[in-house]
Amino acid sequence: MHLILFFIFAGCALAGAVNLLLQSHPINSALSLIVVMISLAVLYLLLGAEFLAIAQIIVYAGAVMVLFTFVVMLLNAGREERTRGSRAALALGFPAAVAIVAIIATVILRAQGLSTAGVQQGITSTAELSRVLFHGLLLPFEITSVLILIAILGAVALARQGNGDGERKAGK
Amino acid sequence: MNSFLTHPIPVSWYLLVSAVLFALGVIGFLVKRNLITVFMSIELMLNAVNLSFVAFAHQWHAVKGQIFVFFVMVVAAAEAAVGLAIIIAVFRARNTLAVDRINLMKL
Amino acid sequence: MNGSLHLWLIPLLPFAGFLFNGIVGGKLPKWLVTLVGLAAPLGAFLVVLSAARGLIGFAPAVALPYVETCPQPWISAGIVHVNFSLVLDQLSTVMLLIVTGVGFLIHVYSVGYMNDDAGFARYFSYLNLFLFFMTTLVLAGNVLLMFVGWEGVGLASYLLIGFWFHKDSASNAGIKAFIVNRIGDFGFLIGIFLLLANFGTLTFSQIGAKLNADPTWQGGILNIIALCLLFGATGKSAQLPLYIWLPDAMEGPTPVSALIHAATMVTAGVYMISRTHVLFNHAPFALGTVAVIGAATCFFAATMGLAQNDIKRVLAYSTISQLGYMFLGCGVAAYSAAIFHLMSHAFFKALLFLGAGAVIHAMGGEQDMRKMGGLWKKMPVTFACMTAAVMAICGIPPFSGFFSKDAILYAAYLHGTEGKILWGVGVVTALITALYMFRLWYMTFLGSPRGEEHHHHPTPLSMQVPIIILGILSLCGGWVGIGRFGRYLGHTVGPMPTQGGSLRLELILSGIAVFLAFEGWMIIDKYYRRNPERPAQLVARLPGAYKLLFNKYYVDEMYGATFVKPLLLGSRYVLDWFVDKAILGSAAWLLAGIATMSGGILQRWQSGNIRSYAAWLAAAAAAVLLFVVVPWATVLAGFGIHIGMAGH
Repeated sequence: MHLILFFIFAGCALAGAVNLLLQSHPINSALSLIVVMISLAVLYLLLGAEFLAIAQIIVYAGAVMVLFTFVVMLLNAGREERTRGSRAALALGFPAAVAIVAIIATVILRAQGLSTAGVQQGITSTAELSRVLFHGLLLPFEITSVLILIAILGAVALARQGNGDGERKAGK
Repeated sequence: MNSFLTHPIPVSWYLLVSAVLFALGVIGFLVKRNLITVFMSIELMLNAVNLSFVAFAHQWHAVKGQIFVFFVMVVAAAEAAVGLAIIIAVFRARNTLAVDRINLMKL
Repeated sequence: MNGSLHLWLIPLLPFAGFLFNGIVGGKLPKWLVTLVGLAAPLGAFLVVLSAARGLIGFAPAVALPYVETCPQPWISAGIVHVNFSLVLDQLSTVMLLIVTGVGFLIHVYSVGYMNDDAGFARYFSYLNLFLFFMTTLVLAGNVLLMFVGWEGVGLASYLLIGFWFHKDSASNAGIKAFIVNRIGDFGFLIGIFLLLANFGTLTFSQIGAKLNADPTWQGGILNIIALCLLFGATGKSAQLPLYIWLPDAMEGPTPVSALIHAATMVTAGVYMISRTHVLFNHAPFALGTVAVIGAATCFFAATMGLAQNDIKRVLAYSTISQLGYMFLGCGVAAYSAAIFHLMSHAFFKALLFLGAGAVIHAMGGEQDMRKMGGLWKKMPVTFACMTAAVMAICGIPPFSGFFSKDAILYAAYLHGTEGKILWGVGVVTALITALYMFRLWYMTFLGSPRGEEHHHHPTPLSMQVPIIILGILSLCGGWVGIGRFGRYLGHTVGPMPTQGGSLRLELILSGIAVFLAFEGWMIIDKYYRRNPERPAQLVARLPGAYKLLFNKYYVDEMYGATFVKPLLLGSRYVLDWFVDKAILGSAAWLLAGIATMSGGILQRWQSGNIRSYAAWLAAAAAAVLLFVVVPWATVLAGFGIHIGMAGH
């Protein structure tokens, strides 16, 4: 059962990621990214991370991606323009990416002592997670709230109408 | 058939999926021409890393790995908010989302 | 017996005054500036007095020489160990009394003289700064600390000559003094290096001990060291060939001329030679050079003084001439006599300058003697004191200058055969001294007023009192007698040379000198009082000689033609056109071309395109991964290359 689920959702994730690359309209890319994220949530669940699976769906697939689609719609972003990009990016970037995958794969496959994953090996319960989070790491946790607050303020300040000289240029 | 169904999955497979997703994110960053899609590629890379974190947390039975993912999510959410706000500001200023046209770093 | 003195207070009190007046003085009321400016030298003077009790007969506070060393070393590098050490001995006691005593009087005088000046606080801060450096110079226990004071007084002198910096001539004179002094300091520095290389120490007492331990060590390198030090001394003390800055230095305020350019700073060279007299005694050639330079300077400067019309310039040349006497005294190893003359000269020359300042003040800034005259009725006190100073400088008994000049000439006469020639030059100079000093005296105070009638400014009390005190000192300063003075200083600088002398000889010699001085007075009396047309006739009869003297032997022009002009031309044509433009310029163009080319190549990297940056980032990430993952040591070992731990 695990194996099947793994193959299905790992396949979905990879297919979604490839589709993200192939689609030329941003909204399609965004929808494929949602697919990737939901698939990842299932994989988390398979690895026994129930809390993270839910958080993945709520935070990423929900909040973040909604933000993305809103922005796409707000800016009315159409198809990508065909611009002459950087040759260096393609000539260098593709081999580099492939090399990264190849190296990591070699390392992973040659590594000793990696176990197998099964549901029997115990799910890290949310209770356990929260105990660590709210006891040992309470201060960092609280600081993240400040971080989020700053991010909100920054986002508001940046996106506000009439902000900066760019607004004046665009408006005229 | 039963053995196939209950066959345990090696952790390395998850890691491989994570690596491939990460590479796809890198390639996306390089080939996509729309600023928003480029940003999505970054999110993809973050997610790929998250997957490997969770896999390792499972491997070593360490809750800390999951805590890491949690914080990555927090940061990613904040980053998404600010990043998208920046994209909006850039769009207002340059009236385009094409990465190649946003080349102010060149004198 | 060996109590403690706070020697460090002597330099630091004026320094505190400098800091106070220099930083906040400009914003404070004048009375407070005056109070601080006067308290600093007075405090230093009182400390000196308490240290100098032994000189005036009381039980001395400490056994001399008394050394005070800062526990923290100043420089400690290799063989060089230098401390902040202050030494009080007989020599520095006398010198300190002069510096702080006369210095204080001139501070008081300045209160009246500079009263209306906008830079009142700045003036006093500079003056205090000068005292700080001068006392450091005098108290220094090693050559390096002395050099600090030496440079410092040069700085203070530069600042004060150019005090009225808005006047071009003043700032130029300051620069001239600074540069000429720098040339001399160069010699001094070389001397210091040679001392360090040959003695391994810079402390005066250790150098002296090493030399005394080996009486056969004569000449050779010691001559060179002593000549280097002498070169420094000629710069600071305005001797041939570096005297040219002192006449121009008269652009500064008159009290400055009195303090720095007459009484104290310019005597630093004499002090330095006395301080290193052991070295000079072991360097006969250098010592002879000192005597020759002294005699030559004293003669030439006196003749130059004959033809000057600016009252301060006459005094400047007379200062150079009197410093020549002191050098002559040092050169014949009569250091006590030189210091004795230094002291009496400090009294009467400071007085002459202060009196001249009072005259200039009264004349509303007029310095040309041809426009003065008949001032004795208007300023009788100044006249009386100036008369005492003129008598003193001409060596007329019983004024102070008589005793000190006589001691030097007597010592010169006793100094072998060449000493007779030196004595002859000195005596002729005594005649010329009488000529130019009485000329000044007659032109300024006697006769009838020349030029337009000036509104007469009364001399304020703060200026009158120092003049009177210095007048008394000019009269009585020499009564100590060279015998007692020499015995006191003998502990430090060795006894007066008396070999082959007798009282009768001394009386005859001084008789000749006094006779010549009176003769000079009579000549001037004849020319300027009884027959005022005679000087002009004389000038008309000897136009060449007058022009030569009036233009100061064209020495400034000569230096200009031999040193300054070639330097300028060399800088303009050789250094600027050839070296700078041709060699350095083309080298710079070459380097710039290389930089531009490589920049042009690297520029393509900086495409400004985010994606290409990202590609490089990815490539670098791959490279780093590769570097971390691949076991390089094993791989290289496979190729037979061993690095690092692989070799073990």
